[in-house]
Amino acid sequence: MAAVEELASPAKLETRRGSGGELVLAMSGPWMLRNQIPSFSEVEKACAEQPPNTISFETTGLADWDSGLMTFVQKTGDLARKLNTTLDYAGLPQGAQGLMKLADAVPEKETGKDNIERSLFYRVGSTSIVMAEELWETFTFIGECTLAFGKFFVGKARMRMSDIMLTIQQVGPEALPIVALISFLVGLILGFVGAVQLQQFGASIYVANLVGVAMVREMGAIMAGIILCGRTGAAFAAQLGSMKVSEEIDALQTMGLSPIEFLVLPRMLALIIMMPLLVLFADFIGIIGGLAVSLMVLDVTFQQYINQTIKAIDLVQFSTGIIKASVFGVIVASTGCLRGMQCGNSSSAVGMAATSAVVTGITGIIVADAIFAVLFNILGM
Amino acid sequence: MPDAPKIEVKNLTMAYGSFVVMQDINFTIQKGEVFIIMGGSGCGKSTLLKHLIGLKEPAEGEILYDGNSFSKADEDVRRSMLQGFGVLYQGGALWSSMTLAENVALPLEEYTSLKPKEIRDICKFKLSLVGLRGFEDFYPAEISGGMRKRAGLARAMALDPDVLFFDEPSAGLDPLSAKRLDDLILELRDSLGSTVVVVTHELASIFAIADQAIFLDAKTRRQGAIGNPNELRDHSESREVRNFLLRGELDDAEAAENTKTT
Repeated sequence: MAAVEELASPAKLETRRGSGGELVLAMSGPWMLRNQIPSFSEVEKACAEQPPNTISFETTGLADWDSGLMTFVQKTGDLARKLNTTLDYAGLPQGAQGLMKLADAVPEKETGKDNIERSLFYRVGSTSIVMAEELWETFTFIGECTLAFGKFFVGKARMRMSDIMLTIQQVGPEALPIVALISFLVGLILGFVGAVQLQQFGASIYVANLVGVAMVREMGAIMAGIILCGRTGAAFAAQLGSMKVSEEIDALQTMGLSPIEFLVLPRMLALIIMMPLLVLFADFIGIIGGLAVSLMVLDVTFQQYINQTIKAIDLVQFSTGIIKASVFGVIVASTGCLRGMQCGNSSSAVGMAATSAVVTGITGIIVADAIFAVLFNILGM
Repeated sequence: MPDAPKIEVKNLTMAYGSFVVMQDINFTIQKGEVFIIMGGSGCGKSTLLKHLIGLKEPAEGEILYDGNSFSKADEDVRRSMLQGFGVLYQGGALWSSMTLAENVALPLEEYTSLKPKEIRDICKFKLSLVGLRGFEDFYPAEISGGMRKRAGLARAMALDPDVLFFDEPSAGLDPLSAKRLDDLILELRDSLGSTVVVVTHELASIFAIADQAIFLDAKTRRQGAIGNPNELRDHSESREVRNFLLRGELDDAEAAENTKTT
């Protein structure tokens, strides 16, 4: 019923000129946000025709009003200021006058946050400065970590053993199921790819070599690294980031404890210890995945596959994977902790820190792996 | 120097990069005083506190404790000075992965050679001082904001510090808890002889506990006035300071005057 009435009498605006050259805005009907409110361009047009010396309101016909009216009045106010004309609120309802008095109490502040279109040079320059600062922060962080490790080896680092143990528990045993699943599937995939190709030469037994060498040298370390980066690196960044937001890191500093020694070092140590073990685990599970394929689709027995695998892999092959694993551990821990320590002071900054930790970590792992490939090639490993 | 002031700030300028927050700050705090840093929102109160506890480096000027420079001290000296500080952060800043008892215990484990049993007893005592007896094994996430703040105070007092810093102690507390915290601050000062520095804009607290207060003026970016808040309220030359301490009554009076004349 009410809706029908409102439709029958929509919000209306009439502009007319008073005797002394003033502009009178006569408003009638319900000026509510949910109703259609007359367009402001009418007022602009009226002002453009002939600039008035005063703008006033007439609201005798006004039925009901809310913020819809107020935004219109504020726009009128901005226009009046631009045209240097006076604005007379006297015609407005009592409540609206009070609200406008509040809104005008503090003049608009020049915050310098206007969306000014900056020139290309400005943007390139400011981005470079930010990047240089970030690089500097990264070097500082690496330096501080190195010092902390030095202190650790002479037994002077201040940290809690229980922190290391807890982190080891979180990054190691608790990651086993996911690492097992992924490695098994990777082994399976490698097995299938190899089986299809090698069967054509009647060399299907060499699937064992393919899966074994690929898992032990590359895939075990890479897959475990990427899983831990997403699982643990992000967690580190979020933990340290939220500790920064809640001033917990400040509290450590004012207690004379170094956050690097107390927070970063245990996390790094935990990953350096656990990463090789996880990779070893991933290697074996991957080989089992290849074995499953061989038994299912190829004419290879369990014993043959195992013998072939043992012949294919030697200690050098294993050690390349394990060396990589330790380095990946350092990369995951340091990117996670670095992003956490760089975190800003808001909850969205914590999210950004976690994202950026994963991105930086995975990039770091792949780059490091490429460097290792070249290095091992030169060394003949 | 036996009679050097506990804290002395000389020509301190605080800045974030090229943005100067406050300049030319000078004050001294005597031992056993309750000193309040007050001012409107965003005037740099918390920044000044961060300078005093070494989280930020002065752009210019110097901060001295007992006549020894803090801001120019090397790391080892500074660390030993930090042991004499206790800081209560706005939200408590308890380490969320540790229980309340472990939070209070950490500074004791780091800086004393007490046995675990003794440390446990001290934690219990400090927590009971702030009314949290029996909450030793709770994690910070399991207790209310007010309790977290009190637990933070227990941690700040763990090493019986010479100087206690409070960042907005009564923010977010109900009036009774805020009053209790004020009483606690005075009690601690009297019984331990600690010097207390409080950042706040809670007028009730300011008048209740302050011996001296400094007003930071956000407009001029300089210190407004120093003195006892009761005197500042009635006799300060700066209208800004009087208006702040009178909760804007001067503005109201002026507005009333204006409406009468028009």
